[in-house]
Amino acid sequence: MSPHTTTPTVDLPIHRIAPAIGWVPVRLGEIWEYRELLYFLVWREIKVRYKQTVLGVAWAVMQPFFTMVVFTIFFGKLARMPTDGIPYPVSVYCALLPWQLFAFSLTESSNSVVANQRLLTKVYFPRLIMPIAAVSVGLADSAISFVVLLLIMAYYGIAPGMAALTVPVWALFAVAAAIGVGLWLSALNVRYRDIRYTLPFLTQIWLFVTPVVYPSSMVPAAWRPFYALNPMVGVVDGFRWALVGGPSPQATIGVSALVVLILLTSGLFYFRRTERTFADIV
Amino acid sequence: MHTAIRVEGLGKRYYLRQREPYGTLRDVLVRAATLPGRLARGTARRGGADVLWALRDVGFDIRDGEVVGIVGRNGSGKSTLLKILSRITEPTTGHALVRGRVGSLLEVGTGFHPELSGRENVFVNGAILGMRRREILHHFDEIVAFAGVERFIDTPVKHYSSGMQMRLAFAVAAHLEPEILLVDEVLAVGDAEFQRKCLGKMKDVSLQGRTVLLVSHQMGQIRRLCETVIWLDQGRVRAAGAAAPTIRAYEAGNSDPLDPGVSGPCFRGWELSSGGHVLTDTSTPFTIRVHLDLTTPVSNGHFGLSILDGEDDSVVAGWAWDPLNLPAGSPIFEVRIPQLPLRPGMYRLSLALFDGGNNLTGGRLIEKWTAVQPLGLDVPPVAHPQTEWAGLLNVPARLAVAGSVPVERTWELAGVPDDTAVPQ
Repeated sequence: MSPHTTTPTVDLPIHRIAPAIGWVPVRLGEIWEYRELLYFLVWREIKVRYKQTVLGVAWAVMQPFFTMVVFTIFFGKLARMPTDGIPYPVSVYCALLPWQLFAFSLTESSNSVVANQRLLTKVYFPRLIMPIAAVSVGLADSAISFVVLLLIMAYYGIAPGMAALTVPVWALFAVAAAIGVGLWLSALNVRYRDIRYTLPFLTQIWLFVTPVVYPSSMVPAAWRPFYALNPMVGVVDGFRWALVGGPSPQATIGVSALVVLILLTSGLFYFRRTERTFADIV
Repeated sequence: MHTAIRVEGLGKRYYLRQREPYGTLRDVLVRAATLPGRLARGTARRGGADVLWALRDVGFDIRDGEVVGIVGRNGSGKSTLLKILSRITEPTTGHALVRGRVGSLLEVGTGFHPELSGRENVFVNGAILGMRRREILHHFDEIVAFAGVERFIDTPVKHYSSGMQMRLAFAVAAHLEPEILLVDEVLAVGDAEFQRKCLGKMKDVSLQGRTVLLVSHQMGQIRRLCETVIWLDQGRVRAAGAAAPTIRAYEAGNSDPLDPGVSGPCFRGWELSSGGHVLTDTSTPFTIRVHLDLTTPVSNGHFGLSILDGEDDSVVAGWAWDPLNLPAGSPIFEVRIPQLPLRPGMYRLSLALFDGGNNLTGGRLIEKWTAVQPLGLDVPPVAHPQTEWAGLLNVPARLAVAGSVPVERTWELAGVPDDTAVPQ
């Protein structure tokens, strides 16, 4: 018996470690318990990203801006893409913003588990924190390029209406879609390392089935419900509607929201089911 | 008295595949596409996956406040056990009940980012190890002082020396205050001074009544810190109990060849050429005879010997520089030592044999052995009758103090005339 025990006899929580069988509960409450770790990981990502302030911010501004310029020249001027009466640069930038938030978040969260393998094999924390923390930089970048969007809109004399207050909702919608897909891909990426090489291809295709360079009104009305199975259709429609008005996005949003919900739920369960083997195979 | 950790029937199975544990989606798709063909040929069975039980039916109880060492050879399941208890990986069978918050130090510096300053890394790393922001703030100054990096705390850690990085990382870890602390070999960092500080900190932790599980290959460390030792062997508990006898048993059983599957070369024993294992004169040359069994010939072999003190720290070590070419058989190595001016006491021999080069030229370590039979030095202490703080060497030294303040200190070595003594 050790003579020097001073541990207070409070009732400490007892944790049972045992093999889990089959599907396990998602336990979002545990993420709340680890919120400080999530906070510090997000803080680290953002800090590192903007450590060299000029470059970090410039990157966030330049990427969507030059994409917008190129798209305007080729799709706006040369291909004369219709835009429902909005100046083409505004229309395309309105879509690029949620699109790049989505594409960046998707890529980062899909790579998050493999990227954090050192952490993963040395410390316990709810593994879900990794794909969630990975989207933080995308959100910060988007906030910066949102300012650029407001400047472009001011240049064209477009003032956002009350609907602009819903912008955060659309941003969260985009992030939820990215995390939903990212949960699946990050877990699969642990087992199949070529997932990461398919990502650029996936996002490229996805860009063209999303109404970024064209308005979704170009898609025949009868196809819209199927078209909206791509959750980014609802997000981009909602974003455009919030900032520059135009056709109401109701038709697509319901379907897209449902798809996001399904992706997110199934992704959470799949991730939780496979996470117990992460440390063994990563 | 409460039980802090109860482990019952714990097992962990790994599949050993030919290639990496992860594959590529491409392979899976190719396999799926060619499945009908392979089914037709009857070759569709999965590639043979060998099963390895890293832990098998492990059970033990650890009381609150107990400091337990886990010993065992590489691959005996020590790290797997810590990984399961810290919830990094799941067991395959059995269960463990853990009472209280668990902090694990399986590696220090996890999550350090080179671009961030020392201060920023302390917070991120602390959070990763499971500290609350409040706790980190509370201990911040102590952590920085412990690491001794006050002046550089706002410098990015990429400008730190590797020693400074390690010290800062360990300082964060050392201020973790969970009820149960799992430690894997992290004390093997830094210089001797810093290690001593860490050991002191560990001792504090255990004095505060916290439960500690320590994995280490350094028996000196385990002996100093642990009351109880669990000896793991090939994934099973070989012995568990009071530290001293368990470590002795472990060391005695540790003389098996390194490669368990093959009966390789093996050190059998040693004695002094004058007979016995006790030396009564350390100032004249003597010879140690080491007996060896070689099942296979050794070419360009290298043999090394190290003398360990009571803490298992190496005091003297040397290599036989001429390469050895030996046929299979039972050779005897003779090691001549001109003098061994160590303080009286018990020492141990540690022996190593490399094949095909030495440790620097890519040779293969084929046998390593720490002899159970101690080397006794039975000589009068010449320096000072108090053996506690006189150091390792047994050389005559006299400290002369003149007047009421020390004006001159003279270290006088045996046989050296007074006029060559070095004044300080």
